Amino acid sequence: NITDSDPDGRLTVTDKDVKLQEIALAKNEGKELTKEEKQRLRKEKKQHKKNKKDDKGPPEKEKEKEKASVPAPSKPATQSPAHKAAPAPVHASESAAAAEKPAKSKAELRAERRARQDSERTSKHGKKEGGQQSASSKPKATPNELQPVVKRLPEHVQVDDPAALKKLAKKLERQQVPLRSDYGYKVSLFSHLHQYSRKSPPTLQISIPATVIHPSIVRLGLQYSQGIIAGSNARSVALLHTFKQVIQDYSTPPNEELSRDLVNKLSPYISFLSQCRPLSASMGNAIKYIKKEISNIPSQCKEEEAKGKLQACIDSYINEKIILASEAISKYAIEKISDGDVILVYGCSSLVNHILCKAFEKQRKFRVIVVDSRPRLEGREALRRLVKKGIRCTYVLISALSYILPEVSKVFLGAHALLANGYVMSRVGTSQIALVAKAYNVPVLVCCETYKFCERVQTDSFVSNELDDPDDLIVTRNGKSHLENWQTVKSLGLLNLVYDVTPPDFVDLVITDLGMIPCTSVPVVLRVKNVDQ
Amino acid sequence: MPGADKETELSERIEAFLSELKRCGSGAGSLRGSAETARETTSLLRRITAQARWSNAGDLMEIIRKEGRRMTAGQPSETTVGNMVRRVLKIIREEYARSRGSTEEADQQESLHKLLTSGGSSEDNFRQHFTHLKANVIEAINELLTELEGTTDNISMQALEHIHSNEVIMTIGRSRTVEAFLKDAARKRKFHVIVAECAPFCQGHEMATSLSKEDIETTVIPDAAIFAVMSRVNKVIIGTQTVLANGGLRAVNGTHTLALAAKHHSTPLIVCAPMFKLSPQWDSALQELVLRSFCFLLPGEILSKVNAHCPVFDYVPPELITLFISNIGGNAPSYIYRLMSELYHPEDHEL
Repeated sequence: NITDSDPDGRLTVTDKDVKLQEIALAKNEGKELTKEEKQRLRKEKKQHKKNKKDDKGPPEKEKEKEKASVPAPSKPATQSPAHKAAPAPVHASESAAAAEKPAKSKAELRAERRARQDSERTSKHGKKEGGQQSASSKPKATPNELQPVVKRLPEHVQVDDPAALKKLAKKLERQQVPLRSDYGYKVSLFSHLHQYSRKSPPTLQISIPATVIHPSIVRLGLQYSQGIIAGSNARSVALLHTFKQVIQDYSTPPNEELSRDLVNKLSPYISFLSQCRPLSASMGNAIKYIKKEISNIPSQCKEEEAKGKLQACIDSYINEKIILASEAISKYAIEKISDGDVILVYGCSSLVNHILCKAFEKQRKFRVIVVDSRPRLEGREALRRLVKKGIRCTYVLISALSYILPEVSKVFLGAHALLANGYVMSRVGTSQIALVAKAYNVPVLVCCETYKFCERVQTDSFVSNELDDPDDLIVTRNGKSHLENWQTVKSLGLLNLVYDVTPPDFVDLVITDLGMIPCTSVPVVLRVKNVDQ
Repeated sequence: MPGADKETELSERIEAFLSELKRCGSGAGSLRGSAETARETTSLLRRITAQARWSNAGDLMEIIRKEGRRMTAGQPSETTVGNMVRRVLKIIREEYARSRGSTEEADQQESLHKLLTSGGSSEDNFRQHFTHLKANVIEAINELLTELEGTTDNISMQALEHIHSNEVIMTIGRSRTVEAFLKDAARKRKFHVIVAECAPFCQGHEMATSLSKEDIETTVIPDAAIFAVMSRVNKVIIGTQTVLANGGLRAVNGTHTLALAAKHHSTPLIVCAPMFKLSPQWDSALQELVLRSFCFLLPGEILSKVNAHCPVFDYVPPELITLFISNIGGNAPSYIYRLMSELYHPEDHEL
């Protein structure tokens, strides 16, 4: 008795019955659940509307939600590939589910519903995060079960797919965020990534004053795209402070709930920021946290109170995950620094600089070798900070590594993210340092806070990376710059990678705020964190 | 007197050559390739042979050794000068032995039996006078010069044997030998070249522009990205400044990192080096530092408080090298010591 959906795509009678039944049951279990049910209803309405326009996306979403709402893995119907006939299996399984329900006990139903909401909440967040049109790309396994998850590729690694580009353009248009165009000839190995020029920031196309995007977000995006704010921690902290400002200036429109509307408001901001510069793993985790906090605001909370609570949450996140974490890491790391050490550092990692300054204050006697590389030359900033503190420093470029390594006793490296398979994602050149240090038998220690741990896996530096402005490689020596007109030469390409991945066998120890762990224990930490949350 | 004129002219030329070497070393003069240096050294030695006053082979060898010591002292890192001097000394010995009538093999082999029976009198003193020695030596040096002129072509001719189509080749810095090698292969095959720019002087940029003009797909990467892109590279082809006696290299800085990355990914490392770069030196400790390069990188008040190092050369051990391609063909690094014994006489290793 599956009736066809009527022309404007409303739910069928059977569905509505099921829903009402569930809502009735849910009402006994608390108000929050009702809200969730309402949200789901609303979402499903939207889905069916979209079904008429866009065939591919929604049926898969349906499939996702169905999978979430029917947690038992023994439902192969939900996992069949999405077709235009998707609504039919959807309804079939829903009615099947409805038929099953009376057979289960109330406790089981409650557990089922909890699990469903958890995964739905995460799938909803995943949908809004990083500006993707389709469902979650960072699925979390519910604590009791390991669901087979369908991962969606993030947009920023699908540049070579015209369909994905069109989707993105449509979405950005809807959100009134300007689309940034790629610049220059891209090396064929990296044609799936964006390559932007610093000379054309996305803010050029925004009208002033910006109506859709908050001005402090515009400022932040500009700071990202011009490289004024760089470094994983700095970017996350700036993002969180800006969100505090946004929340401060936010006022709930009538007939809307703060918890829902604020999350919707944040969505175009995040798209804009990722157009300025692809989001880092730490930023992604921070955004997930904020969204969770926002949606957890109870609906009877007053606006001022809610805003105050959110700002306090953000402050405590920064304090716990970044500031206190770096104190804890320094404490552990200082145990590893002995008198007479020669420590090698690469580039400018705020955490490693902090560790070295703290160790110097604790009267440890050591000297530091700062390794730097073109074109960013971030080591100069690290050198400045260390010299100001009074630490004895040596400065070399990365090509002199083999020359300087016989003197070195330890290598301290910072990380941008730690991946779930134990690989360390960090500034390009880090893997090279780890490689040569291994060849000279020098211990390599990576320092990383746990909020940078990321569930992605990656084995090489090609599939997911960032391409910086290729014009940065141009340099003038002896009055001549050979690469000045590289655009005119057909077969010449410049490659300015930002990140690379270091295999775990090059890394001897990872120092985190939870302690000192080997590289391979990263998925354990991720699992523990998930259970806690 | 014409003799005195010739002598002064000769010493003038030697002085000019020495000062040219010193200037090139400090970077003030025009940068010269090693092939040019080798050719100029050899022509200078030929001139010495022709114009200096000597009556027997021993005298000539003394003169050449003396001038050779002066020239190598002027620029110790430019080893081709010393190599050519040793080649010429070997030529003189050979010509002398041929004039004397003894076979070459007997002289070359230092067998244990020979050492015991001769009792140390293999030393000839080279005091016998032969009229045609001068002409023979000059002719042999001319042959050496012809060989020198053809080295780059000989190496490039082997290019097609080592590069297949759609390969990705990585190189570092700028080497004229490798440039010619790749351009020769590009005439018939299509492949992709990745050039590491080799900071701080960034010679890789010149190499890349020169290669891309021949329609070779080139990509310039910063030194830090060497390991990141190595997994997609099929071969690493580099040039070198010197080939050491154990099969190791003294090459531009950054080459050791490149070699380690290639070893990690099991990518073959091919060195294109003509024979005149082969040096009997073993000391990889010789290192040259260039400090002036940092004045444009660091602001003054920091530069005064830190030590900055900028080495010019890297030592690459022979275990990391797969193949040497030279003008006489391809060789494994373990064979280098044998080639060296054919080029130089053991007594000339120390000038």
